[in-house]
Amino acid sequence: MSLVEVRELGVVYRRQGVDVHAVVGASLALERGRITGLVGESGCGKSSLARAIVGLVEPAAGEIVFDGKPLSPLRRGARPRHETRLQLVFQNPYSSLNPRRTVGSQIADGLRLRGEGERTDRRTRVGELLDQVGLSGGAAGRFPHQFSGGQRQRIAIARALAADPSVIVLDEPLSSLDASTQAQIANLLVGLTRDLELALLLISHDLAIVRHIADEVSVMYLGTIVEEGPTRELWSSPQHPYTEALIAAIPAADGSGTLPEALPGEVPDPASPPSGCRFHPRCPHAFARCPGEVPPLYALGPDRAAACFLRDPASTQTHEHEGVT
Amino acid sequence: MSVPGATPVRRFRLRRPRVAAAWRQPLAVIGLSLAAAWILVAIFAPLLAPSDPLEQNAAPLLPPGGDYLFGTDELGRDVLSRVLYGARISIPLALLLVGLALLVGATLGAVAGYFGGFVDSIVMRSADLVFAFPAIILAMVVTAVLGPSIRNAVLALVIVSWPSYARVVRGLVLSIGQTEYVTATRLLGASARRALVRDVLPNVAGPVLVLATLDLGNAILLLSALSFLGLGAQPPQPEWGAGVAEGIQYFQFWWIGTFPGLAIFSVVLAFNFLGDSLRDVLDPQSSWRAGSEEE
Repeated sequence: MSLVEVRELGVVYRRQGVDVHAVVGASLALERGRITGLVGESGCGKSSLARAIVGLVEPAAGEIVFDGKPLSPLRRGARPRHETRLQLVFQNPYSSLNPRRTVGSQIADGLRLRGEGERTDRRTRVGELLDQVGLSGGAAGRFPHQFSGGQRQRIAIARALAADPSVIVLDEPLSSLDASTQAQIANLLVGLTRDLELALLLISHDLAIVRHIADEVSVMYLGTIVEEGPTRELWSSPQHPYTEALIAAIPAADGSGTLPEALPGEVPDPASPPSGCRFHPRCPHAFARCPGEVPPLYALGPDRAAACFLRDPASTQTHEHEGVT
Repeated sequence: MSVPGATPVRRFRLRRPRVAAAWRQPLAVIGLSLAAAWILVAIFAPLLAPSDPLEQNAAPLLPPGGDYLFGTDELGRDVLSRVLYGARISIPLALLLVGLALLVGATLGAVAGYFGGFVDSIVMRSADLVFAFPAIILAMVVTAVLGPSIRNAVLALVIVSWPSYARVVRGLVLSIGQTEYVTATRLLGASARRALVRDVLPNVAGPVLVLATLDLGNAILLLSALSFLGLGAQPPQPEWGAGVAEGIQYFQFWWIGTFPGLAIFSVVLAFNFLGDSLRDVLDPQSSWRAGSEEE
């Protein structure tokens, strides 16, 4: 059984009296010691899904099971203690640290709230955590503004680690960092996942990073998961036209000087999504069935699935000629 | 700012410009010295004043100069002594009134921001009610109803000035409550109340302190205005606003009203300068700090 299971999750926001379905029937499973990537364009519901998984948003449908127990949404009271092992790291390390408290005090919060150890023990532990993310123990006495973006993101990770997590959801943890720092933090994340047997959900629109460090990838489009599979397989043979288009859109440094072909159109407004398959208005392979029906995730092997009628085992024969190459 | 591989040495270098740059601001220095001077005057008025402010021991309406530096008023009282003793009325009362308004306003604002919903509506609609009237008019109505006295004037001004604190604190509690660092502590297992006390309120304190300092000048002005209108300090108290009112009656003897007026002017100015500079010091985005870090 997976450490985190997200089943048919729906997240709905009300915007000016209109229900916006940010996430529609998304399912995910996170495993110990594995990094799962979640990719998709901006506004496709990645962050909503992330916030729902840690309990910040109450799901409108479906459920989240963490370590065998259903997760309760965060209310005014303190989070149940076992749920604090499910942590979130934010995108912007400039807004995720309190500017008026020392780094050490913020990391120690995680220990203090778990009722862990005496003051001196906690100080030692904070030093260890800082060391674990590659910072010196002297950082504990300083304030967030004394650190660079990359260092702050390390601090934010150390704070999440203070809660002794089994799962960390990272919402675009690298996108506000510069390229060299991105690689360092990415390597840090891989190391931590292996050393601490963590389950990581890495949310990103940066496909290169995800390809580099994720073990499995789920592709999200307009609130639904359209394809999932092991990273290498997904990259080498994408089974959903959207995944294919996403991968094709990565600029290749092959010296040819050609720009990748852009996906036509923009992500539709989630307040009024297209009927049937949500991708059909932008899909080069759309056919009669697409606007009318919602494609389920068709299983395509042990870990692979794609939500596209082209992959429907019942009708592959009829549409073979339209298949994705 | 970025300090890759920051060393402990750097820590001290970061702290120093905070104070040094504050002193490079002339307005801060003027504000601070003037305010400090007036507070000292309030404390040591009996030692500084040449005579008793209530004693009618000189010829009336003597012009400034000679034994009576600021002249004497229509009853033969020393204007200088009355101005100095005036500080003992206006400054402590302004501090008291701002303190009370801050206490009431900040508490109600924090409660409104924290609980939201019905509580929030009640508090904020009452604040709007107060905001709907010009401060001085409402204060006049309240003192007129309660009876003119300095105590009632202070009470009236607390009633008109708490809403600005409530509004600021509520807004900050709401916006800081939404920040990612508060969410992060909540996810670590802090209750909303704990996050409020440990992460939200310390970040509210700075702006509220600035507001209170700026409001101090305003409070002195309003208090003097009420006394000027005869609704605050009653004769023979040497209150500045009342002094200006007396000066109006004896317009040709300019010194009676001018010196209390100048006292009001300089105190209000001092606290405004002080508040503005304090805002600059506490605001991380302010220009002088950015400048000092580029050095």
